[in-house]
Amino acid sequence: MSSLPMIPELLRQLMRKPATNLFPAKYLPPSVTEFLHSVASGKAHLTPPVKTPPKFRGKIEYQKDGCIGCGLCVKVCPSHAIELLPETKRIRIWVDQCIFCSQCTDMCPKGGLRMTDEFLLATEDRYEENLIVE
Amino acid sequence: MSEGEGKKAPYTLPIGPTHPALKEPVMFTFQMEGETIKDVDFAPGQTHRGIEWMGMRRNPVQIVHLTDRICGICGVVHTLSFCLAVEQIAEIEVPERADYIRVIVHELERVQSHLLWAGVAAHELGFDSLLHLTWRVREQAMDVIENITGNRVNYGIVQVGGVRRDITPEQHPLIEECLTTYEGLLSSLLDLFLDDRSIHMRCRDRGILTYDDAVHLCTVGPTSRASGVNMDLRQDYPYAAYGDLDVRAILPDQYAGETRGDVYDRIVVRLLEVGQSCGIIRQCLSEMPAGEITAEPKIAKLLAVCKKAHGEAIGRVEAPRGECLHYVRMDGKESPTSWKVKASSYSNLMSWIPMLRGEQIADIPIIVASIDPCLSCTDRVAVIRGGRRNILTKEELHRLSVEATRRLQA
Repeated sequence: MSSLPMIPELLRQLMRKPATNLFPAKYLPPSVTEFLHSVASGKAHLTPPVKTPPKFRGKIEYQKDGCIGCGLCVKVCPSHAIELLPETKRIRIWVDQCIFCSQCTDMCPKGGLRMTDEFLLATEDRYEENLIVE
Repeated sequence: MSEGEGKKAPYTLPIGPTHPALKEPVMFTFQMEGETIKDVDFAPGQTHRGIEWMGMRRNPVQIVHLTDRICGICGVVHTLSFCLAVEQIAEIEVPERADYIRVIVHELERVQSHLLWAGVAAHELGFDSLLHLTWRVREQAMDVIENITGNRVNYGIVQVGGVRRDITPEQHPLIEECLTTYEGLLSSLLDLFLDDRSIHMRCRDRGILTYDDAVHLCTVGPTSRASGVNMDLRQDYPYAAYGDLDVRAILPDQYAGETRGDVYDRIVVRLLEVGQSCGIIRQCLSEMPAGEITAEPKIAKLLAVCKKAHGEAIGRVEAPRGECLHYVRMDGKESPTSWKVKASSYSNLMSWIPMLRGEQIADIPIIVASIDPCLSCTDRVAVIRGGRRNILTKEELHRLSVEATRRLQA
């Protein structure tokens, strides 16, 4: 019985690259929004995020034109994040409440709902324009 | 300090409800004599979330996504268990391919859950380099799960009647690669955990649960198997595709030649189960039949079938922590009339008491962690009256039960 089997493993680890992907930067910027602005203007470098897997369930996308206002998506939404607007017969999705289960996209008879790859949705205001899909 | 020295011996040591040494909220009260634990009592019920209440106001298709969120680690277990119950009530026959996909995701989950636990156990022993190593290798299982289901944690792959996503031929090499890595890693993980002198010293003969105690306290899963109880739902009551697969309960004597029922044996069982799960997934991939992945692809139709269903059923699944049970009753309404979840940790909590008696303070974290408690899944009831929490004793419950019978007779 070798009593300290971890030692050689630790030495091997020393030679390896860190497993963590340092997204969005090596050190966390004080404000991510400001950091993203400076990336857009070319002042900072962004470490790209890990690629999303196939069929990733990100922010929902809604095609208003094909919608028939059947309300089936409202019926299966587990978190009551979808609201059927009675006057226009169209839906409004509150992304802050969405749990990204993709059940509504499976349910939609017209295929008007789709999950995108967008995942950077964290914000302090849950009623932000970006978080309401209509 | 000897007994009878005034009021100081035994003294009371409270740990919890939230404490850095415990990964989950539970309140422990230890009766100590010096460093030795004389007696112990614990109070769970700190994280009741009312998920069943939410479920009774939703239809089965919605509940499936709620069950995903009962536990962060066993994401598929609760969903599968609930679906098995609903499928029995509504008499839905699940296609064979869906059963195989369920088993693959279920076993991948067991791999990541056991590796997560092994890391936590190392951390509780103060062996943080081993924690980081275990959690790094765990990432590969998470990546494969993410690739199959679309999400790392809340998979959302199981639906009543089958699964929501197929495993395509392009995904096979990815899963195979993951299995090969783990099968290669297993011997080195066994070395790192079981041949290490400090782990051996801290875990051998610590927190012993005897075979008799394990049986009397109705423990389940790796906790009972580490005490030598030959019990595994996948072998005893096969569900999904387990009937076609060769699954035998893993007992610690297969590795060490003896069963002591200590923390060390629990590490042995869980690590060996990682290897077993890899074997099961491999078998599934080669034997997976072609065909449909769900009995009812049209969700609206599925809802109509569930709405008509009458009856009650129990879905049982061998979770990474032991048997998980869902009781569902449906009375021809949109939502079930009754839904009760029994998470696996519920059966294991009582085993803390014989395990902790006679041990030392420093051993509390590892012994508490050794049953892999998952308390937020376990907490199902909180009695609140007049804004204050209430604990119902056995006598009170008995009185309430008698009164309920009288009411019905009147």
